[in-house]
Amino acid sequence: MSVGHDPANPPFLATLGTLLLLTTVYVLGKLRELFSSSGRKKSRQGYAPIREKEEDFYDRRVFSRIKDCWNRPIASAPGAWIDVLERDAKQFNSNFHRSLQFTGSVKRCLNLGSYNYLGFAAADEYCTPRVQSTLKDLGVSMCSSRSDSGTTSLHLDLEREVATFVGKPEAVVFGMGYVTNSAVIPVLAGKGCLLISDALNHASIVVGARASGAKVKVFRHNDAEHLEDVLRASISQGQPRTHRPWKKIIIIVEGIYSMEGESCCLKEIVEVKKKYKAYLYLDEAHSIGALGKTGRGCCEHWGVDPADVDIMMGTFTKSFGSCGGYIAGSPELINYLRRHGPAHLYAASISPAAAQQILSAIKLINGEDGSTRGIDKVKQLHDNANYFRCRLLQMGLHVLGDWNSPVMPIMIYHSGKLPIFSRLCLANNVATVVVGFPATSVLLVRARVCISASHSREDLEYALEVIKDAADKCLLRYRGPKEAAEQVKLLLSSAAVHSSEADAKVTVDVTGKKRAAETDDGFYLFEEKVKESPQKNGKVMNGVVTQKNGKVMNGVVTQKNGKSHKKGHFIPSGAL
Amino acid sequence: MSLPEPFETISVYARDFWILFGPGGKLHPAYFLEHKGHLLVEGLLLAVILYLFLQNTFKPRASNEEPLTDKEIDTLCKEWQPEPLVPTIKSEDLPVERVVTSVDGLYAVVDGKRVLNLASANFLGLGGTADMKEVATGTVAKYGVGSCGPRGFYGTIDVHLELEKQIAEFMECPQCTIFAYDIATVASVIPACGNRKDIMIADEGCSYPIQQGLTLSRAAVHFFKHNDMQDLERVLREVEAKEKAEKKPLCRKLIVVEGIYANTGDIAKLDEIFAIKEKYKYRLLVEETYSFGVLGPHGRGACEHYGLKAGQVEVICASMSACLGSIGGFVVGETDVVEHQRLAGSGYVFSASLPPFLATSAQHALQQLRSQAKALLPRLHGNCAALRSQIRKIPGLLVAHDGCENSPVIHVHISRAGSKVIAEAGPHAQALVKQIGDVLFQKYNILSAVPLYSCLDRIRPLPSLRLLVPATLNEKEIGVILTSIKGASKEILG
Repeated sequence: MSVGHDPANPPFLATLGTLLLLTTVYVLGKLRELFSSSGRKKSRQGYAPIREKEEDFYDRRVFSRIKDCWNRPIASAPGAWIDVLERDAKQFNSNFHRSLQFTGSVKRCLNLGSYNYLGFAAADEYCTPRVQSTLKDLGVSMCSSRSDSGTTSLHLDLEREVATFVGKPEAVVFGMGYVTNSAVIPVLAGKGCLLISDALNHASIVVGARASGAKVKVFRHNDAEHLEDVLRASISQGQPRTHRPWKKIIIIVEGIYSMEGESCCLKEIVEVKKKYKAYLYLDEAHSIGALGKTGRGCCEHWGVDPADVDIMMGTFTKSFGSCGGYIAGSPELINYLRRHGPAHLYAASISPAAAQQILSAIKLINGEDGSTRGIDKVKQLHDNANYFRCRLLQMGLHVLGDWNSPVMPIMIYHSGKLPIFSRLCLANNVATVVVGFPATSVLLVRARVCISASHSREDLEYALEVIKDAADKCLLRYRGPKEAAEQVKLLLSSAAVHSSEADAKVTVDVTGKKRAAETDDGFYLFEEKVKESPQKNGKVMNGVVTQKNGKVMNGVVTQKNGKSHKKGHFIPSGAL
Repeated sequence: MSLPEPFETISVYARDFWILFGPGGKLHPAYFLEHKGHLLVEGLLLAVILYLFLQNTFKPRASNEEPLTDKEIDTLCKEWQPEPLVPTIKSEDLPVERVVTSVDGLYAVVDGKRVLNLASANFLGLGGTADMKEVATGTVAKYGVGSCGPRGFYGTIDVHLELEKQIAEFMECPQCTIFAYDIATVASVIPACGNRKDIMIADEGCSYPIQQGLTLSRAAVHFFKHNDMQDLERVLREVEAKEKAEKKPLCRKLIVVEGIYANTGDIAKLDEIFAIKEKYKYRLLVEETYSFGVLGPHGRGACEHYGLKAGQVEVICASMSACLGSIGGFVVGETDVVEHQRLAGSGYVFSASLPPFLATSAQHALQQLRSQAKALLPRLHGNCAALRSQIRKIPGLLVAHDGCENSPVIHVHISRAGSKVIAEAGPHAQALVKQIGDVLFQKYNILSAVPLYSCLDRIRPLPSLRLLVPATLNEKEIGVILTSIKGASKEILG
């Protein structure tokens, strides 16, 4: 379920601004192009330039002005705080080939950019020693494909462990997440097959689908009804021109869409898929480890039986802090991939050290180290993500994404504000990711925040302050307080839907004054405003209270002498 | 003042025209209509109406079928039966994945016993050294294992930049772009070098990643016969003729070959290919996975072997999982093309970057390659030549491709019919090489590979036993390998 506004409908002024800006940049660029060809490389006589003309123009005249917002090199592990290498912005001009110069200094920044959901990116007391001992035993790489001599006992352990973790009989792992999609989809579908892909699926899926030679149709993002329409039309009409029946139909969706922060409506999609006998390919690149009470991904999050998903794909880059990807499914499927998958036959097997990192991370989540550290990370992640999303919505920002999802795009809409937002954040030591054209459409540019379990509340507060400041300067608060409050309410109600589907129970609030739904995350969702607080002369005005160790930690606002005192982290009263 | 003659004539005509058509003129619309001209116009209109009236009714060609009703669609959907997701694979067709439990230089403990490993592409023994392990361990402590993000989004780590710089320096060209995985490298680079409008020519013996890259580019792809220069010229001539006939605008053109072909083990004739590509103005892409660190006086690969430089050859891709003993891939060559990958290489832009410890490991191996190439390469070439020439003498076996003595990828085919020319194909030959491989492993403690090919491959290469020859083999070990292969082939082929 998606919460938030309709992202296809950007604010009028922002749209107008973007169009004006781009027109100006385009016209000026073209004019300048008449007089100077700065940075345009001449290719050899008789050879076509490697870059197409418009592409080249965009790179030199537009992208080069803002390219400091991307590819920022770091000099540390991508943990909660990173060392960003500073680059000189004074050298800016339209000369694309003049690269940014390093100043030699380093900036310690809060990392809101890396996919370090469970905080396994930096050294970990449990995982790192194991990885290092594996390095001593097996080295860095097997220099061979899995089918030749690249299989170690560690690879087999990992495959067993992954299969159990996601709830499938078998699994096979590959050395790169991107390749897991781009080299597996062609094995599964070929001529005469139909792939029905979500409109916002990741590039690796698009590449895999294109390489497969199968017919590809697209359904509207996360719209199970449209998916059904497409399926009905396709099955009844058969293959184009020949009208022969399709050999098989595979629906491809993602667990969390990395640019939207939304989780796919898996229940509805599974229903449709069952009804029309299609197969379902679920890409859990961002959701494995991040969603679900025990980090088992989208199926656990929505309460769907993994048996209903035919092909479970995921990557280890994000939650597990390693590299590579897996496919889990029936033994027939996995055997077929072992026999015919190019990534199994031709590519180097995943580094034993990387495999060990994943294995240790999974063991930690399963509590095999004898502590609850792993599962606490998942809880902490959800806690952090929900808190941060609520607070961003509260500010009146357009934030997409679902309950518990660690990915939260902040819609900027105006391409001119994009680099400013990014630079303002960096200047205040917060590293955020901004996404512009061509990765998103011109009018839907956004900043993206990825929350990690390794962020402390202080980190989040700091980030919120900086984002608030930047959002004010960039005029990003597209919603008034009333609307913002509605959005928060909507998000909370979506959480309530969730918790009612999970094992939530309705309890009475500690104050005894009102009923609240307790989710499995230890959140209390108040159904109505609390009027009176247990404190003297105080008034509790908040909506979300996090309970930890039986103590109300968050969100108590007391009013004394007409002045409100905030205590802890809270959703201010305006929200509800 | 009189105007020149042509202008005068024009002005006379213009005046006459104005008198006739201007206000007050006889043919001015107002005058014309007022003076019974309207009758003419009305008459014409009437005629048109009559004409249309008398025509047959216009019927758009109705489609022969009514659109399907919901009920019919329901029935069709109910009736449709999909194929199973994948065909069932018989267990004997599955690749035999022998399990490695520890590695010690040339030897490894596989399936519980110590064997000589001829299935690993660590040709120079630069990977897996104690020094490299130490470097990797240190990196893991500082940077963690994964990079947790694509290059664009805080996934660029200083060690990546350093590795890129060092590879570029080693290959003597200004730029290098690294990728996170071997098979994603060339499969991303090719589509970045062309699209629908462009032309690509490839050797038909190319491995799957190249084939995938060609498919993804959507360019017009033409294949030439494996390592056959005349056929390459024929294809180029045909393409050129077609281009001329169609008056196609200038487009990007690319020839794709492998330095050492993974599927056959022979070396591309790059000197000839280079001359041809210059003549027809094509860019050249050489996939150097098995030739990087192996060929050429400094180990820069097949291009250096033929005296060509990165830059002269526009694109050179290679994997870091062979000679560099790490994982990943890189592309070097013409600055424009290499820089272009950072924006257009899909496997670069949309994938998490290379784990830092793999970058530092590769960097370490590269330094070793620099300092030890002079000592290691002649040994490697000697070993390759010795094994090739000796295996050729074994009855029933065939090592194709003379003149590729330096290639450490040896494909041993079966050729029992007394013929030394034709290798056997088909499932029977596949079974035989597999048996030889099994005997080599079980009885002689030598691990070799019997390559299996995916159903996606355009062409199924001949069944073979593949030996990857390391430089670190000594004469005694070569002797052992030869007697073992002799023994195994005698046992199976009789």
